[in-house]
Amino acid sequence: MNKAVNPNELQPEGDYGPLYASRKKVYPQSVSGSFRRIKWGLMAFCLGVYYLLPFVRWNRGLGAPNQAVLIDLPNSRFYFFFIELWPQEVYYFTGLLIVAAVALFLMNSIGGRIWCGYLCPQTVWTDLFYAVERLIEGDRRERMKKDASADPMKLERISEIVLKHSIWLLIAWWTGGAWVLYFNDAPTLVKELVTFQGPMIAYIWIGILTATTYLLAGYMREQVCTYMCPWPRIQAALTDEWALNVTYRYDRGEKRTSVKKAAELRALGEQVGDCVDCYQCVAVCPTGIDIRNGPQLECIQCGLCIDACDTVMKKIGRPTRLIAYDNDINIQRRQEGKPPIYRIVRPRTVIYSAMIVAVGGIMLYALLTRSLLDVNVLHDRNPIAVKLSDGSIRNAYTVRLLNKRGFDRVIAIDVDGPVNATVHVVGVDSVTPDRPMIVIGRDQTAELRLLVTAPAEQNPEKSIPVHFHVTDIGLGEVATATDNFVAP
Amino acid sequence: MTDHGEIDHVSGKSTTGHEWDGIKELNTPLPRWWLITFYLTIIWAIGYWIVYPAWPLISTNTTGLFGYSTRASLAVELANLEAVRGEKMAALAKASLAEIEKDPALLALARAKGRTVFGDNCAPCHGSGAAGAKGFPNLNDDDWLWGGTLDQIMQTIQYGARSGHAKTHEGQMLAFGKDGVLKPDEIVTVANYVRSLSGLPTRQGYDAAKGEKIFTENCVACHGDGGKGNAELGAPNLTDKIWLYGSDEATLIETISQGRSGVMPAWDGRLDPATLKAMAVYVHSLGGGK
Ligand code: SF4
Ligand code: SF4
Repeated sequence: MNKAVNPNELQPEGDYGPLYASRKKVYPQSVSGSFRRIKWGLMAFCLGVYYLLPFVRWNRGLGAPNQAVLIDLPNSRFYFFFIELWPQEVYYFTGLLIVAAVALFLMNSIGGRIWCGYLCPQTVWTDLFYAVERLIEGDRRERMKKDASADPMKLERISEIVLKHSIWLLIAWWTGGAWVLYFNDAPTLVKELVTFQGPMIAYIWIGILTATTYLLAGYMREQVCTYMCPWPRIQAALTDEWALNVTYRYDRGEKRTSVKKAAELRALGEQVGDCVDCYQCVAVCPTGIDIRNGPQLECIQCGLCIDACDTVMKKIGRPTRLIAYDNDINIQRRQEGKPPIYRIVRPRTVIYSAMIVAVGGIMLYALLTRSLLDVNVLHDRNPIAVKLSDGSIRNAYTVRLLNKRGFDRVIAIDVDGPVNATVHVVGVDSVTPDRPMIVIGRDQTAELRLLVTAPAEQNPEKSIPVHFHVTDIGLGEVATATDNFVAP
Repeated sequence: MTDHGEIDHVSGKSTTGHEWDGIKELNTPLPRWWLITFYLTIIWAIGYWIVYPAWPLISTNTTGLFGYSTRASLAVELANLEAVRGEKMAALAKASLAEIEKDPALLALARAKGRTVFGDNCAPCHGSGAAGAKGFPNLNDDDWLWGGTLDQIMQTIQYGARSGHAKTHEGQMLAFGKDGVLKPDEIVTVANYVRSLSGLPTRQGYDAAKGEKIFTENCVACHGDGGKGNAELGAPNLTDKIWLYGSDEATLIETISQGRSGVMPAWDGRLDPATLKAMAVYVHSLGGGK
């Protein structure tokens, strides 16, 4: 049985073959070991975060949403714990994308495609679906036997299949369900959804994500990685000779022989490889490849073959890590009798780390010092200046105030420009002359038309700068914008 | 088949026989799911041809199974939009002009609506930002021929000036020269007198007393004592710094000789009441109004 998956024997030698190649179904065997444990841990963490995060509460005061992570599309706000972003601040997402990209580069230069093997959603959900399948249909051999069996379907087998797909669909459905909870108050939405009062768009998204999760994790599996995902191609260009990749140490493993023969030859004092050709590494591989053929596009660096081979090595009393995270340089060095060297700190990793720290630092600084009162000013363009009947000159501005705090505020506007200029806000009767005050609701913007008039005797000859200071009367917070006052 | 390709010795696979710069293409079959997806898209496309309008015929086109048309769907969208806007416009129609200006939400709505309507209807004469032009008042300043309060602006927009509407503003600047009321030298004199009213320099040696006399006899009836103007008649204030047609001597002589009678059309009946209100509020807010 094991033999059948040796890819070397499956090459169509000199045969033109059919137009298409049907998928060779992979039956990964269960395995235990350190990398499997890391994978279980990361899976629990990632899925836990994904499914439970919408229910985490975060107190932002009265009237503000109290969901820790919320994408509030109708009001164009993004909430992430203590962070609240406005549409004017989308550049934070640019920063986030840069950090994410460089973090991928860094991972790649340290451990190759570890993203693919441990954290990629496709891997995580496929792994979960495999676990379900294994639980219900049994391990590799059993599943292969069941699939190959030409017997008419027995009731037992049918119920197995139904159960498996039901659980898969349940997971997929909950995956889609969790997705929409990020866009609305989760407890409310759950209540609405179960009573069929939820918004149509929520049901549509749940449907889409249910279908894609079920299809990608249940059926497409490793084919997503090999045929659909561009990352394997890109990472080949990012990786270098020092990156640690899952590597079969052929210097130690070759020539392969059986356990018995190896013992005999060793007794005679002959040089034998440690690989006993048991195909355990192939049996557990979720992409169905043989790592002993060297680095391959399909390998997602999950490390499961390392666990499998370690188990074998322990059993036959040989040192573990015949397959390990290593690189070709070290194999060369060992063959030359030199000790292996590992370089995590290299120019490449230093630069990537520095970039992450720099961009992350800038973002954090911007976030911590971000103003909660903003003012933007736009000068009227047509007419740019107006002469009044007494010869004074007036310029008009559109002033936009942003109150990013969770309460109403009284804002005073001071204009510092032409001498003795008067200031008027359309629709607002100033109590204090030349210091119009207005109230802006919490978490809102206000657009005002502001008229600045310079008396005839003070008419500036040419354009002079004007500063608009907006002050929160209560808190004393100030924001300033600068524009020009122009003579006709 | 064999003459098309050969075996690649490195991979042991057959090639397609295609070669570029010494690089040969391996004959790697497509995955089956990929091919199935490809066929499905073709089937989908055929379905699309049948369901939606697609094929041009000689004088028309296939209409599809359900008679879908982009024009019809646009009409539906527009109707929906009207329904949404209708509510807001109703609020505008109900509120008085003063109430609109005092309510920030209504003011914002009126200004937004007013700006687009102004752009469509008024901008050809008054300019896109209402900056005006010779003969067309600048609506951003504080000088108003027919009055600058909200109600006065509304009235002017509704009925216009010399528009022929029953309720329109009347009032003409007479052609004193053409009609032979004043002689050319009298016109020069009174033109200089008018310039002096707003502190503009006058021609040397002109007879100010004679100018005042001519002005009192002919112009005060409309422009008022001292030329302060009269909004009832649309007679401009001649003592300020704003001139509709220009303040130089030649222009003033032309104005006095030929007369002026610019026309502002009436918008009543052409635009609905809510829109007219929005326009009035917008214009009033441009320069802060009176
Ligand atoms: S699991 Fe280890 S010993 Fe067995 S075939 Fe793979 S490399 Fe060889
Ligand atoms: S070869 Fe090993 S590391 Fe690569 S995908 Fe297969 S099991 Fe995972």
